[in-house]
Amino acid sequence: MSNLISGNTGKWEIVIGLEVHAQVSSKAKLFSGASATFGGDPNSQVSFVDAGFPGMLPVINQYCVEQAVKTGFGLNAQINLASVFDRKNYFYADLPNGYQISQYKQPIVGEGFLLIDLPDGTTKRVGIERLHLEQDAGKSMHDQHPSKSYIDLNRAGVALMEIVSRPDLRSAEEATLYVKKLRSILRYIGSCDGNMEEGSLRCDANVSVRKPGRELGTRCEIKNVNSVRFLYAAIEYEARRQIEIIEDGGKIHQETRLFDSVKGETRSMRSKEDAHDYRYFPDPDLLPLELDAAWVKSLGESLPELPDAKKARFISEYGLTPYDADVLVMEQERAAFYETVAKGRDGKLAANWVITELLGRLNKDGKDLADSPVSAENLGGLIARISDKTISNTLAKTVFGHMWDEGKTADAVIEEKGMKQVTDTGAIEKLVEEAIAANPAVIAEFKAGKERALGFIVGQVMKKSAGKANPGMVNEILVKKLKSA
Amino acid sequence: MSITVEDVSKIANLARIDVPEAEKPHLAGQLSGMLKFVEQLNEVNTEGVQPMTTAAQMKLPRRADAVTDGGYAGDLLANAPEATGNFFVVPKVIE
Repeated sequence: MSNLISGNTGKWEIVIGLEVHAQVSSKAKLFSGASATFGGDPNSQVSFVDAGFPGMLPVINQYCVEQAVKTGFGLNAQINLASVFDRKNYFYADLPNGYQISQYKQPIVGEGFLLIDLPDGTTKRVGIERLHLEQDAGKSMHDQHPSKSYIDLNRAGVALMEIVSRPDLRSAEEATLYVKKLRSILRYIGSCDGNMEEGSLRCDANVSVRKPGRELGTRCEIKNVNSVRFLYAAIEYEARRQIEIIEDGGKIHQETRLFDSVKGETRSMRSKEDAHDYRYFPDPDLLPLELDAAWVKSLGESLPELPDAKKARFISEYGLTPYDADVLVMEQERAAFYETVAKGRDGKLAANWVITELLGRLNKDGKDLADSPVSAENLGGLIARISDKTISNTLAKTVFGHMWDEGKTADAVIEEKGMKQVTDTGAIEKLVEEAIAANPAVIAEFKAGKERALGFIVGQVMKKSAGKANPGMVNEILVKKLKSA
Repeated sequence: MSITVEDVSKIANLARIDVPEAEKPHLAGQLSGMLKFVEQLNEVNTEGVQPMTTAAQMKLPRRADAVTDGGYAGDLLANAPEATGNFFVVPKVIE
């Protein structure tokens, strides 16, 4: 494998496990009726339950339970019909109760797996250890005052799904592919919006290094990496740091580290590891979470077609390459857009146009697919005109430009600009004859054996027809005329 | 199982309780006594019995996903020792 990295004492293997915190796309919090929306005024979205007031009791949000179960199905995982909420005890200013309600020994979702597509064309199966529901903490701001911290509890109590992978990942690249795939599945299911900027998807990475084939090394946990790019940088840095320490005769101490995105390095966060004694115990305020088997089954059946199945179908139904299929199924809206374009038309041609022309143009103009000036129906209309040879692929790009600027259909643009491809044999013959007559020197070259001279004549004809002549027919007629002359 | 003075120090630290050194041996004795009392349960054979987390004969109640609470930052902050701009203000804590 090419995943190994070189140190002074030979090759090293990186071993990575990821813990992803995905915020459930609920309106209200996990155990209270306060809003879970991002960006409210400080402490405006907090109930007495979230603020840990005496006598307040948590009542679970059914929608959050449903999303956890659906996500479990998306991860091919076991759904546990009985699970338990525990208290994870620690002191911090943004945790008003002094404990976080989480799930410890009996999570709602057990073992599963997720598939990632590697750049070499192979597929890798990454084990999922568990998915559990838990509360988010509040937000501390340390930079507002020299000796004080400011606390906003709006986020406190928001529902999170913690998704824990097995230590199956072997490079920073595999880790980023895993997060992208997980994000895609969450968005298909609708259980999390996957917005990393707003913190709806956060990632902790457990990283260790070892000589290939040896037992696992001591791991360090890198906290709160908030973009896929930073995840890559954090793992690369951390692996090199550990290799350097071991090769210099040192030892890795199990610790929590923080990624500093400005400096591009990780640094130690907590020195005293014995502070990590969470004293979990079942929350006496909450009964076990029992799920109805029939209800769980119906949720499994309600799932949309997920990325892996859609990709396989695009390859077999539309004849796409795995790469093109991957690009198209990444986002559900994109896949749906493509299917509207491709329906009953040339699937490969449609994929080229959606990926290269449309997505390329959207990207250049900084627009989302939802704001595309060219609708899926209209792009489909353009594909149809290329396929029935009304216009050439080259001319189609000009037509696309007009469709983008004017929001018109392909047919309207072609009609208005008189861009219809000339397929009338008589008309093309006339143009070819004129071109032959006008370029005797080139014709002489061709007859002397210079085959390439033909291209020049074809170019002349295309130019005269303002790009509207069918290039295949021009070529054919030209060759026929020269051979018979 | 008996609780040592070191155990008492650790528990006190985790609970953020300041226990004077002189009181620790006494507390260690008391905590050991409590554990010993509970240890009597070990005499019962629990082979194959699922741990019981509740004795309540009811199902976990659920709520619908609707915003029904919040919007009273003033009430929340009324008893806070210090507040500004609707934030709680606490001594600086950075890990």
